[in-house]
Amino acid sequence: MSTYFTEDHEWITVDGDVGTIGITKYAAEQLGDVVFVEVPESGASFGKGDDMAVVESVKAASDVYAPVGGEITEGNGDLADAPETVNEDPEGKGWFCKMKLSDKGDLDGLMDADAYKTFCEGL
Amino acid sequence: MAETETLKRTPLYDVHVAHGGKMVPFAGYEMPVQFEGVKPEHLWTREHAGLFDVSHMGPCFLFLKDGLGQAGAHEKIAALMERLVPSNIAILKPGQGRLSVLLNEQGGILDDLIITRMPGEGLDGMLYIVVNGAVKQQDWAHIERELGDAAALQKADDRILMALQGPKAEAVLSERFPEATELKFMRCAYLQRGDEKIMLSRSGYTGEDGFELLLPNNDYGLGIVDSLLADERVKPIGLGARDSLRLEAGLCLYGHDMDTNRDPVEADLGWVIQKSRRERADFPGAERILKAFADGPAEKRVGIQPLERAPAREGTEIQVNGESVGIITSGGFGPSVEKPIAMGYVRADLAAPGTKIDLMVRGKARPAEVCDLPFVQPNYKR
Repeated sequence: MSTYFTEDHEWITVDGDVGTIGITKYAAEQLGDVVFVEVPESGASFGKGDDMAVVESVKAASDVYAPVGGEITEGNGDLADAPETVNEDPEGKGWFCKMKLSDKGDLDGLMDADAYKTFCEGL
Repeated sequence: MAETETLKRTPLYDVHVAHGGKMVPFAGYEMPVQFEGVKPEHLWTREHAGLFDVSHMGPCFLFLKDGLGQAGAHEKIAALMERLVPSNIAILKPGQGRLSVLLNEQGGILDDLIITRMPGEGLDGMLYIVVNGAVKQQDWAHIERELGDAAALQKADDRILMALQGPKAEAVLSERFPEATELKFMRCAYLQRGDEKIMLSRSGYTGEDGFELLLPNNDYGLGIVDSLLADERVKPIGLGARDSLRLEAGLCLYGHDMDTNRDPVEADLGWVIQKSRRERADFPGAERILKAFADGPAEKRVGIQPLERAPAREGTEIQVNGESVGIITSGGFGPSVEKPIAMGYVRADLAAPGTKIDLMVRGKARPAEVCDLPFVQPNYKR
């Protein structure tokens, strides 16, 4: 399993051809208290960079983009009643969805943990 | 263009940065949107005391060019102001303020504003007025154009205008200004400390008890702000919590919940037009506004309670049975009520509390109902 990061602060952990996707700790901290999450439904397909989910704080609604292309196999239903999980454990229990990757080549160009850390320090 | 416009800074800019404020452009100024976070700041204000920088707004003084302080001076300045607003200004007692609206000739709302009769001997014939920051230049130009022959306008937006809001506000402020305890809601005192002059009013934009202070932009004024922030009962509060607090309190934001396309009746601000003014019918747009009173408006501003967890933001379409019947003008999440909340305009026949409506959030119909405002009971000291 390896975890990759985007410049829009999504993470994806890939196991075989299935990836688990969420937003990073940095993103969760920037958003502040999350009050609502809309995760994609199973069977939905997205291209890399498409609007895939929405996360809302008290302040505003923010789009979450698909870090890679593929078909959703599961959305995290627990977030509907407990959106604060995204703040408490953004890179664990606060995952948004699982996706079957259509092309693992989409992972090229994403950052690893070290590169993402450096990227955030530059913001 | 907004991008190339030079943003102004309020006298408290350095204070915000020192307290970790995240600065954003707002109404032409660099303002703090948050410090520790919208939700904790919101809740702190409802439980303790929050300090808000509102120096970007438009405080000013309007006074008679001739006869200031003489007998009948208040009636004269009130008669002038009443040409532009539909409220009874003549009846205000010294130090009393009230909310009103600046109207255009069609009865549309140019701005909402607080108009206060200056307290104290010698100041009859002067009004203290606070208009919104985003439209202050056009408001002031309008007032000067309409009333400039007889009245002079002194702008005070180079000073510090701050609000201290919350249940601890009186205790904190009365340690510096004992006069605060004596004031009731919407009353104002004009204080002097040495050479320094301070306008202190018991008012605000959060639904909580609290005060607004116009302070000089100098070491004295900055010292007051610093000493308040040094008090453990006080935290600085950003624009984000200011918005969620006022929305829970059911208070309008100009340019969103009302504008020149709305008259006071549909904006549910008919109460700012006292009976005497309705009878005299002598304010701008009186014909349209009195007709709206008599026949009922076509649309009405209402509170909206989403019944699911998804917030509905400004611009969200309101539907009933697939038909478009209105629009959300302010919407988000209320940290104190722990639910999404909104306000907006619906067709007048759908304005009764309890009416079921759909909010079209990202293409999906989300159930909601019309509700009474405010979402939290105000704690004003009347």
